[in-house]
Amino acid sequence: MSTYPVSFQASESQTREPDMQPPTRRQFLKRFGTGLMVWAVLGPRLGAQESEAPRPATVRPRQTGDFNAFLHIDGNGHVTCFTGKIEMGQGIITSLPQMMAEDLDVSLDDVEIVMGDTELCPFDGGTFGSGSTRQFGLIFRAAAAEARGVLLGLAAASLQVPEAQLAVQQGVVVDSSDPSRKISYGQLTQGKKIERHLVVKPNPKKPELYKIVGKPLLRRDSRDKVTGKAHFSGDLRLPGMLYARVLRAPAHGATLKTVDTSAVKEIEGAILVQLPDLVAVLHEFPDVAEDALGKIHAEFNPSPSDLDDKTIYDHLQQVKGESRVAAHGGDLATGRAQAVKRHDQTYLNPYVAHAAMETHTALAHVEGSKATVWASTQTPFPAREEIARALGLPIQSVRVITPFVGGGFGGKSFNLQAVEAARLSKETGRPVQVMWTREEEFYNDTFRPAAVVNIQSGLDGAGRIAFWDYEVRFAGDRGAAQLYDIPHHRTSSIGGFQGPAGVHPFAVGAWRAPGSSTNAFAREGHIDQLASMAGVDPIEFRLSQLKDPRLIRVLKAAAEHWGWKPGKGPSGRGLGVACGSDAGSYVAGITEVEIDPKEGRIVVKRVLCAQEMGLVINPAGAKLQMEGCIMMGLGYALSEEIHFKNGAVKDTNFDSYALPRFSWLPKIETVLLEADDTPPQGGGEPAIILMGALLANALHDATGVRMLELPMTPSRVKAALATKA
Amino acid sequence: MTPASMRCLSPIPMPDTVSFRLNKQPVRIKVAPDRTLLWVLRTDLGLTGTKYGCGIVQCGACTVLVDNKAVRSCSVDVKSVEGKDVTTIEGLATDGKLHPLQEAFVAHDALQCGFCTPGMIMTACDLLQRNPNPTREEVIAGMEGNLCRCGAHTRIVDAILSAASIMKGGKAS
Repeated sequence: MSTYPVSFQASESQTREPDMQPPTRRQFLKRFGTGLMVWAVLGPRLGAQESEAPRPATVRPRQTGDFNAFLHIDGNGHVTCFTGKIEMGQGIITSLPQMMAEDLDVSLDDVEIVMGDTELCPFDGGTFGSGSTRQFGLIFRAAAAEARGVLLGLAAASLQVPEAQLAVQQGVVVDSSDPSRKISYGQLTQGKKIERHLVVKPNPKKPELYKIVGKPLLRRDSRDKVTGKAHFSGDLRLPGMLYARVLRAPAHGATLKTVDTSAVKEIEGAILVQLPDLVAVLHEFPDVAEDALGKIHAEFNPSPSDLDDKTIYDHLQQVKGESRVAAHGGDLATGRAQAVKRHDQTYLNPYVAHAAMETHTALAHVEGSKATVWASTQTPFPAREEIARALGLPIQSVRVITPFVGGGFGGKSFNLQAVEAARLSKETGRPVQVMWTREEEFYNDTFRPAAVVNIQSGLDGAGRIAFWDYEVRFAGDRGAAQLYDIPHHRTSSIGGFQGPAGVHPFAVGAWRAPGSSTNAFAREGHIDQLASMAGVDPIEFRLSQLKDPRLIRVLKAAAEHWGWKPGKGPSGRGLGVACGSDAGSYVAGITEVEIDPKEGRIVVKRVLCAQEMGLVINPAGAKLQMEGCIMMGLGYALSEEIHFKNGAVKDTNFDSYALPRFSWLPKIETVLLEADDTPPQGGGEPAIILMGALLANALHDATGVRMLELPMTPSRVKAALATKA
Repeated sequence: MTPASMRCLSPIPMPDTVSFRLNKQPVRIKVAPDRTLLWVLRTDLGLTGTKYGCGIVQCGACTVLVDNKAVRSCSVDVKSVEGKDVTTIEGLATDGKLHPLQEAFVAHDALQCGFCTPGMIMTACDLLQRNPNPTREEVIAGMEGNLCRCGAHTRIVDAILSAASIMKGGKAS
């Protein structure tokens, strides 16, 4: 099979050119005419919180009745598994085959994975919400267990022994009473055509039988990524292709008034496409297309937005949104009456960019009534619908293929670049690549929404939290419900994750653990203040009011691995604590910081994170994700915020929008707690939720200064230190 | 909005011939000499391992070696490499054998999405040539101009220190 989608096979190198003639379902069946196929259909995602899905439910694509093969075993015993999930760094290119190899009892080297191709892979809503392992993995493992069951049945008939007498080693079924009698998966499937549709959910293996799951494995895609061989969407080339550059408005909400494109023709080879809502210049070289774009003189009507990054919080406090109670208990009036010390506070979070190193990119080839689009996307199936709608084609006529994605973090769930490439290919009749510049990436990003959290609370005479009234405005309720044993409490979410139209001056969307970082910053910062008011060590205060045994366990583990010495804050030591739950996993962190009072800089010396995520498939990959969360999380905590005014995004590149750099690197320690009897939970997001509160609490512990607004930039810290002095 | 990140020229100069050595092979291409090295490498020469990340020398994804020194290919014209030796990530392995830095990045899982990786390795290559025996702090300082959004930093530092040790004939750490 050609390997234009991300496909990994241990022994075979990838070819370069994307296939011009994508195989149809019939061709696919012809290719896999024999062997064992397990077909399965994914049900709708259950229990998703309001902020977890990257897009409103109304435009979520429908499950289509296309191709639903999950797993194929050929006459050589070679296993190919198919998933609509994509690889963007999170490591499922390794961990999903790892699960498959475990439940099939084959060598990992015999498992190939094909990802994110709408023609070959079963429907999938998208890769987000740390769901690949915890939700999709179950079905993947079920397909493998089903296949193993079928093969054991065939082997029992062939060897004429009861199934219970058979064992499987590396894809070979052996008669345990006479090990010389054996038959391989390849022999069992050779020349046969066996199809199974997954109806019941078979039982995957018990943890005590694991041979592959739980073993730390290095990434399978590293070799291609260190040699430049791995292909991202921008690395694909088709004969006759053009590179497009698209005219953008100077501000969101600004509309095109006049456009003079006459000078474009001075550039040899430049092709102009001018549609009512899309003006672009195309050329066989991307840098020349850029130059030609500069020849266009356009005037825009100004944006009607009067918001900027200073006024946004007053706006968010005032604007109306639907209220939803995410959690409640007891009676707030009773709790308020019991409180002897009140503490009310408001927490602010700005817009934050995804800023993946790969900008949004797509290569589209529209030929008559067929379209093939290679796109950097977290959502190939929704992208297919967006493209089909834009081209006026039935969705079956559009194929989206996902090469390696250069980082997503939620930002590649919308697919404007793929729609642009497809429309321009249709207009020009040639393959077209759209690779956004970094400036376009900032301009078109679906930012993490700016949000406000209001907390009212009080301590009773015994120093326990008497009541907790929590209101999150426009960040959604993911991670909002408080985790503590508080008798009288309420958690309200206003406006949901994105709010009604007009709340934000530009598009917002899911950003790694959407809503959860905002909520953890407010909750854990506030809890820390209550601990200080009660005069109790922050870990002891938390433990005394926690009831969830999984959370208690991670917090104790963090304290133990850190070597925590209790002390009430602010202790002057610069230590911070925070804990929380996200994507079904539990995390607790401890940090040590030093404050440079002259510059206002927070220097993070050490971060320890303990995580319980149920059964761990690949501990090496899980730790990599935790480290990534910690490092990426330094950014939203310390430096990242979008400046804007009247619809114009003022941060356009990394010169003003500061990402964490090597010099920020603290000593990072990660602790994974064993919980093999709990199904696997999410690993790509949980640790990042801690970073805002962790560093705010550490700053307070060092200086007594409490920051209520992120990011804690040097100028803000300096100002706060000066106010205190 | 004024895009600044793709260097552009006006008007496009007439094509000229530029000759240099690319990954040890001589190349001679007909190209407008003021075009940007990054796009000539990626488009005209088809070497896509060198990545575009920011276009303004802020991220390091486009780093290549020119006469063994790290150069941000987004910021130089193709004519600036006339007669010089250019090495891209594709030219680092010799006779199918990975460079010790490449081996170390694999062994340390020093990447996630992998998009910044070629630039990281080329920058580290320059760093180790100038300083074969760097301290951890020197590695961190040397890599400061390269961005990784996935947060693989701690592994990248470990990988570079390990490669340095191997290149001196020591053992992997």
